[in-house]
Amino acid sequence: MINYIIRRLLYVLPVLMGVNILTFVLFFVVNSPDDMARMQLGDKHVSQQAVDNWKQQRGYNLPLLWNEQKNGLQTVTETIFFKKSVGLFVFDLGMSDNGRDIVSDISQRMWPSLAIAIPSLVFGVLANITFALLLIFYRGSYLEFGGLFICITLMSISGLFYIIAGQFFIGKLLALTPISGYAPGIDGFKFIILPVLISIVGGLGSGIRWYRTLFLEEAAKDYVRTAKAKGLSDLQVLFKHVLKNAMIPILTGIVVILPLLFMGSLITESFFGIPGLGSYTIDAIASQDFAIVRSMVFLGSFLYIIGLLLTDISYTLVDPRVRLD
Amino acid sequence: MIKVVKVASSYLLLLLASACSDGVLNNPYVQNEEVGKVIYSSFSERPKHLDPARAYSSNEYAIIAQVYESLFQYHYLKKPYQLEPLLASAMPSLSYFNKQGERLPDDAVAADIAFTEYHITIVENTQFQPHPSFNVDLHGKLPDDWDGTSLYDLPLATRDLNVDDFIYQIKRLADPSTQSPIAGLMANYIVGFTDFSEHQSSLRNKSPGLTKSQRLRSIAMSGVKKIDPKRFSIRIKGKYPQFINWLAMPFFSPMPWEADEFYLNPVLVVKNITLDWFPVGTGPYFLAENNPNRRMVLSKNPNFHLQRYPAEAGKEAQGKGLLSDAGKKLPLTDKVIFSLEKESIPYWNKFIQGYYDVSGISSDSFDQAVSFSSAGDVALTENMSQRGIELQTAVTTSIFYLGFNMLDKLVGGHSVKAKKLRQAISIAIDYEEYISIFQNGRGVPAQGIIPPEIFGHLADEKGINPVVYQWKNGPRRRSIDEAKVLLTEAGYDNGIDPKNGEPLVLYFDTMDSGPDSKARLNWLRKQFNKLNIQLVIRGTDYNRFQEKMRNGNAQLFMWGWNADYPDPENFLFLLYGKNSKALHGGENAANYQNAQYDALFEKMSKMDNTSQRQAIINQMVNVARQDAPWVWGFHPKAFSLYHAWYKNAYPNLMANNTTKYINIDPALRQQYQAKWNKPVYWPLVLILLICAVLILPAYLIYRRIERSTAL
Repeated sequence: MINYIIRRLLYVLPVLMGVNILTFVLFFVVNSPDDMARMQLGDKHVSQQAVDNWKQQRGYNLPLLWNEQKNGLQTVTETIFFKKSVGLFVFDLGMSDNGRDIVSDISQRMWPSLAIAIPSLVFGVLANITFALLLIFYRGSYLEFGGLFICITLMSISGLFYIIAGQFFIGKLLALTPISGYAPGIDGFKFIILPVLISIVGGLGSGIRWYRTLFLEEAAKDYVRTAKAKGLSDLQVLFKHVLKNAMIPILTGIVVILPLLFMGSLITESFFGIPGLGSYTIDAIASQDFAIVRSMVFLGSFLYIIGLLLTDISYTLVDPRVRLD
Repeated sequence: MIKVVKVASSYLLLLLASACSDGVLNNPYVQNEEVGKVIYSSFSERPKHLDPARAYSSNEYAIIAQVYESLFQYHYLKKPYQLEPLLASAMPSLSYFNKQGERLPDDAVAADIAFTEYHITIVENTQFQPHPSFNVDLHGKLPDDWDGTSLYDLPLATRDLNVDDFIYQIKRLADPSTQSPIAGLMANYIVGFTDFSEHQSSLRNKSPGLTKSQRLRSIAMSGVKKIDPKRFSIRIKGKYPQFINWLAMPFFSPMPWEADEFYLNPVLVVKNITLDWFPVGTGPYFLAENNPNRRMVLSKNPNFHLQRYPAEAGKEAQGKGLLSDAGKKLPLTDKVIFSLEKESIPYWNKFIQGYYDVSGISSDSFDQAVSFSSAGDVALTENMSQRGIELQTAVTTSIFYLGFNMLDKLVGGHSVKAKKLRQAISIAIDYEEYISIFQNGRGVPAQGIIPPEIFGHLADEKGINPVVYQWKNGPRRRSIDEAKVLLTEAGYDNGIDPKNGEPLVLYFDTMDSGPDSKARLNWLRKQFNKLNIQLVIRGTDYNRFQEKMRNGNAQLFMWGWNADYPDPENFLFLLYGKNSKALHGGENAANYQNAQYDALFEKMSKMDNTSQRQAIINQMVNVARQDAPWVWGFHPKAFSLYHAWYKNAYPNLMANNTTKYINIDPALRQQYQAKWNKPVYWPLVLILLICAVLILPAYLIYRRIERSTAL
């Protein structure tokens, strides 16, 4: 397994280089360094001198990919691409174009995102699995029919509606939780109840149907019939055997997103005033802050690859037949 | 984990306990922070800069204008806007000089004046806020036991304000590393500004070991001189009466050199603690907490110099209870909490719950808040009035317009044909309708370039634009038939282009081309259709749009301007030829050039507000109206709502440092909040009952399944 992990980690390098090149090209096709400078400097009284000055101070006065005025290796190293990329591979994310330390920003904003994302994921998965197994248990009854009808209804409603309706109903009409806001530490508990609840309810429809599909496939297998024939109750069969045997597809869906949880959710965080990372990349794209965009895309790609690796490793833990060679 | 469980259970207990009491569960603030008089406000996006040399947006000024102070400020309760001393002990005395450096009399004509010198005396007994930067021992070295969370946990100190702090800030404006947005503009006026800037650039290269404050203090700026610890002078080129308005802006706030030196520490830099984010000022508040991702908190500055609430008010402000705090020591509140609130819906709901003190009105909530009477008067809805909410409206010192690119071959230039085409379009675009549909009535159609409440603006019949309006018990837009006549005179009979016999096609460049703007763009097309002109919308992104404007490639476009200061020059310069965006990189986006207008502008810009100046402004406005480089558009009207406990609110749109005048009645707020936010529990009970009812059939089916045969 060690060999496998090392091999997979070595694959990371070319993938990240590819992602980095793609991000760079896509960004600079749309925005020139002059555009970036003007965006940062504002609309009023901006002179070309100020633009040139801004570019020079941030290293955007160099050519993009190839410096014809230099010789040898410097034709490549004295470029925006090289200067802005090389630090990433040692996780030196540097300063944003707005002059803020990116690592400091991320480390400050990831905790509020996690405060929402972790309970939403844990309780959401538990609720989805429980309801999906119950639907299997009540298969063929009007409870299953009713449950599926509710699932499809829940799926048909926009996520934004849950947020607005939840804020209106629970925060405004019932006045049970704050409509939005955040506080660090234990004071933050009252702020996360509503977004977590809405995240769970918003994901129930599709989640239950997805897990139900997985469990249906398992429930039709021979070992289930054998277990029933041996006298186990339906609930025991479902919650002990079917659930355990369906772990591979469940883990495929969950483990891969674990490392990305801290990236947050754009809409939830915007509406609930959560100071997380959800809007960090989008805001950076809007303000043409290349330093943040490249860092976040790089980090996202890296974590996704790590998530895939963790998923593979997790297979070996739940299924002894799986070997990573 | 145990702690979390404890908190969760205590919250549930609180929920149960408050079921039997009047407790409020939805308060979005931490209870123990609500001590004293607190203003609750918000910000929708984090400010880019809090360095007064760089900040230039209203959301940045909302913070820094309370922390930094300028030499002058606008009187809070007087309109037309009036400057008064703030950190200056009196208004400046001016001296004029000719090219030879000889002193000229005070009534010298502007043409003879080569230099103007402003002599400024600053107030005595003023100290900076407590701040660790004044503890010189902390420069370059921070205590090992500092946990890195708050600057105010470090040993604090202060010192007296002196003129060096003002001079240092002017040098910062000139230093290229500061990247001040007004550096280019000030280089045109302040003597020695450009030389200083160039010296700083070369010094940076020659002596990289010097810190910024060492560099800036090592060279003098020839036009800025210290006379003694309380007096200094600024020499500017020519006569520029508007310069004093710039001195009232945060750009010219005093900056202690110690702040620049202190924030150099790399430990602070990696924590994003920089001068651009953590201000050091003399103002009524200091930034006690700065998390631009969550909230920013201003606390009362214990060192704030003596300043009192104004004892007199202008006509408009009289009789509104705005003088009940007259003579009281400022600021009137202890704390201001700005919370991040990105979306308008939660903001509005929290305002209605009493958790924000003031709110604008978004189009989503407009009908809930405001109603129009049959006479067109604005009033609050009954629901708002019952809550004690009050409405305040004010025409902003801004203009939004549709511009013609005067460099364009078809719509631009000074030919009679092009002029009549522009005039016809000006009549056809019905801005009254635009304001009604897209602004919910919140705007005033512009009759010219100068907004109301700015010197030079004429109201009523004297002020109407005769090209577009006629006076019939009020301004009435000329009929579309008159526009068609003008169009025919322009050579486009019934909108037909004689070159090809097809309807005339014009191009409108915009970056506002998403689904939200579809209705607006359709409306605009409809306006041109009235003249049988086809309008082609050329949607583009921000960068390309700006590029087109810079290169003069757009034909028609929409643009706006928000006043820097309340002087007509700050609007009339938008049509000055030497400010052409395409030709000179200025703010004249229409690239309008008219020799008569330009000559009048040069004369007017150097004059004081006299009847002669008004006469020249009238001439300029009329020239521009006839040439019609803009369809004059509208001046937006700001509507703001505030609660009964929020006192002394007055729409002074020029002053940014108005928070210090606001007073709060915390007891009244608490009373209303408790009344409006009583928790309602019965729906929860109902949901539990429904669940219980559902469990019964589930149990019955469970029994049936369990009792049936397995196979």
